[in-house]
Amino acid sequence: MAQHQFLIGKLWLVTLAMFGFGFALVPLYDIFCEVTGLNGKTSEVAATSENAVIDTSRAITIEFLARPNKDMPWIFKPEVHRMTVHPGEIHIMNYWAENPTGQMIVGQAVPSVSPGQAALYFNKIECFCFSQQQLAAGKNMLMPLQFYVDPALPAQFHTITLNYTLYDVTQAWAAQQPTQDNIGE
Amino acid sequence: MSVTTTEPHDHDKQHDHEQEHHDHKPSGIKRWLYTTNHKDIGTLYLVFALIMFFIGGSMAMVIRLELFQPGMQFVEPHFFNQMTTVHGLIMVFGAVMPAFTGLANWMIPMMIGAPDMALPRMNNWSFWILPFAFLILLLSLFMPGGGPSFGWTFYAPLSTTYSNDSTALFVFSVHIMGISSIMGAINVIVTIWNMRAPGMNWMKMPLFVWTWFITAFLLIMVMPVLAGLVTMVLTDKYFGTSFFDAAGGGDPVLFQHIFWFFGHPEVYIMILPAFGIVSAIIPTFARKRLFGYASMVYATASIAILSFLVWAHHMFTTGMPVFATLFFMYATMLIAVPTGVKVFNWVATMWRGAMTFEVPMMFALAFIVLFTIGGFSGLMLAITPADFQYHDTYFVVAHFHYVLVTGSVFSIIAAVYYWLPKWTGNMYDEALGQWHFWCSLISVNLLFFPMHFVGLAGMPRRIPDYALQFADFNAFISIGGLLFGLSQLIFVWGLIKCARGGVKATAQVWEGAEGLEWEVPSPAPYHTFDTPPVIK
Repeated sequence: MAQHQFLIGKLWLVTLAMFGFGFALVPLYDIFCEVTGLNGKTSEVAATSENAVIDTSRAITIEFLARPNKDMPWIFKPEVHRMTVHPGEIHIMNYWAENPTGQMIVGQAVPSVSPGQAALYFNKIECFCFSQQQLAAGKNMLMPLQFYVDPALPAQFHTITLNYTLYDVTQAWAAQQPTQDNIGE
Repeated sequence: MSVTTTEPHDHDKQHDHEQEHHDHKPSGIKRWLYTTNHKDIGTLYLVFALIMFFIGGSMAMVIRLELFQPGMQFVEPHFFNQMTTVHGLIMVFGAVMPAFTGLANWMIPMMIGAPDMALPRMNNWSFWILPFAFLILLLSLFMPGGGPSFGWTFYAPLSTTYSNDSTALFVFSVHIMGISSIMGAINVIVTIWNMRAPGMNWMKMPLFVWTWFITAFLLIMVMPVLAGLVTMVLTDKYFGTSFFDAAGGGDPVLFQHIFWFFGHPEVYIMILPAFGIVSAIIPTFARKRLFGYASMVYATASIAILSFLVWAHHMFTTGMPVFATLFFMYATMLIAVPTGVKVFNWVATMWRGAMTFEVPMMFALAFIVLFTIGGFSGLMLAITPADFQYHDTYFVVAHFHYVLVTGSVFSIIAAVYYWLPKWTGNMYDEALGQWHFWCSLISVNLLFFPMHFVGLAGMPRRIPDYALQFADFNAFISIGGLLFGLSQLIFVWGLIKCARGGVKATAQVWEGAEGLEWEVPSPAPYHTFDTPPVIK
C-alpha cells in the first residue's frame, strides 16, 4: 500500500498541476498574443514616431469602425469611415462620443485590428483608448487618435480595419476612487 | 521492479483468512452499492454505459425525426439544440468513456494477474458518482428554459452570455464526470504500475492494458483542464469574471483554445482503448501472434504525444496566421503515420492466418475498414484550405461518427461479444450476434455515409432545417438511424439471453485466445489471481 500512496500522490499532483495549467493558459495566451501581435491585439503603450521615413510608393486604406457595447448607452462613432495613408505618415483621427443619459459614465475603448497580423504594424502615438474616458450627463467630446502605419508592413496588406468597442466601466472606475469626497467634482 | 512478489507466505495467510469473509458478499442492491470488486464495478460501468447509449440514441432519434423532411415539423429549434447538445455529452461522457472504463475494470486485473484494482474503494466511488452527474444533466432538460443548448463544445459566449440557468447544472455535472474519470484513470495507472504479476514486464503486457495505460495518462492530463474550463464558464456567467468576455479584457477565442487543448486528447481517449481491443481480437481469430507488438506500443505512445500538439486544427476558420495553420496542418497529418502503422499491423496479423469469422471478429474487421474511412475524412479535414469548406458541415458530423460509432462503439461491441463468455460462463447466440452485426453494418453506413455528401454540398450541422436539395439524402439518413437504433435491440436481446444461459463456455473460450484472462475458468470466479500467477 505504501508504494501505492507514493504513486497516487504523484498522479494527484499531475492532476492539480494540469488544473492550474488550464488557468495559466489565460495569461499565457495574452502574453503570446501581445508578443506575436496575433489576434489583432494592438500595443497598449504609446509608440514613438522616430521612424520618419515615409513610403510614398504605396497607399494603405484604413477603415475605422466604432461601436458601443450593448450595455453602453453612449453614442460613439468615427469622424470618417475610411482614410488612405502612406506608411510612415502620421495622421490624427477623431472619434465622436456623446453621453445622452442623465448620469456621468466612464468608458473604456478596446481596439482590435483586422487582419490580425497587421496589428503589430499599426502604431498609436496617442490614443483615447490608453485611458478611461469620462463624460458627464448630456455632454459630448471628440476623442483623438494619432497613429502611423509602420513602413515595414508586409506587402500583402492593402487594407487595415481598426475596430473600437466601447465598454461602460463606471462601476469599476467608482471602485477605484477611495476618497471621492475629498477630491470633489 | 516493484511488483507484488513480496512475502508470498504472508499473502497466502491473509488470503486464507479473507477468503471466507470475501465470498460472503451482501445480496441484492447492497452488493452493487457497496461493492469494491473490480468485476462487479466493471459490470456496473458497462450496464450504465448501455443505458446511456440508449438514452443518447433516443435523442439522436429526435434529431433525425426533425431532419427527416425539410421544414420544421416536430420540435422547436431550441429543443433541437438541446437534443444535439445532450446527445453529444451523453454519448461521449456517458456511453463511450464509461464503457471503456468498465472493460478496463473487468479485464485489466485479469490480464496482468492482479487480484483486483489497486484502489477498490475509490473504484466504487468513481462509479457511483457517475449516475448522479447524468441525473443532474438529464433533469436540467426539464427546467424552465430547458437544458444546455450550446452544443457539447459549449463555446463562449453561447455558454456564458447567451445561456440559461441550466448552465450551472451542466457545469456541476461535468465536474462530477471529470472527477469520476480522473479517479478511474489514477486507479488504472496504479494498478498497472504496481500490481502486475511477477514476470509480467512492460513489453509483455497485452495491448489492451498498454493502450489503457496511455489513455489513463491522457485522462489525468486533460480532464483537469476541462474542469478548469467549465469553472471559468461558471464564474464568467455568475461571478462577474471575464475570461471569455471582451468587455472585461477577455477573449472568446481563448475558450476554443482551452477547449480543444482538452478536446483533442479526449478524442484519442475514446479511440486508444479501441485499438487495444482490436489488437486482442484480431490475433485470436486469425490464430497468429499480433504482428509488430512493439511498434503498436510505440505508435500508441506517439499518437498520445501528438494529440497535445494538434488542437488548433478544430479552429482553422478563427483566423490564424499562416505559420500556425501550417504547423497544425502538418502535425495533424503526422498522426496518420502511427495510425497507419496500426492498421497495417492488423492487416499483416491476418495475412495467411487461419481466420474464422465469429461476431467479435466481424465487428473488429468492420472497425478496421470503417475506422479507416473516418481516418481518411479526418485527413481531408486536416487540410486547412479544404477545411474552410468542410467546417461546421455534415462532413464533420460524418467524420466523427465514423471514428466514434463505427470506431469506438463497434470496438466496444466487439469486446463485449469477445469477453461475454468469460463474464457469464455461457456462449452468446452466434446467429443472433451475426444478425446484430449485419443489421448494424448496413444501417450504420446508410446512416452516416450520405452525411459526407450533404456535408460537401454545404449542409450545416446543428441546424433543425435545411435546403430542399438535401431532402432525399436526409430521408435516407433518418431511416438508417432508425434501423441502426433498432439493430441495437438485437444486441440487448443477445446479452440477456447469454446472461440467462446457453452453451457452457470453456476456460479458453476461443481456440486461438492467449492471455491470463483465458486461464481462469468461465465464468471468471468472483476473486481471481489471489495468488499471483507465474509468467514464463
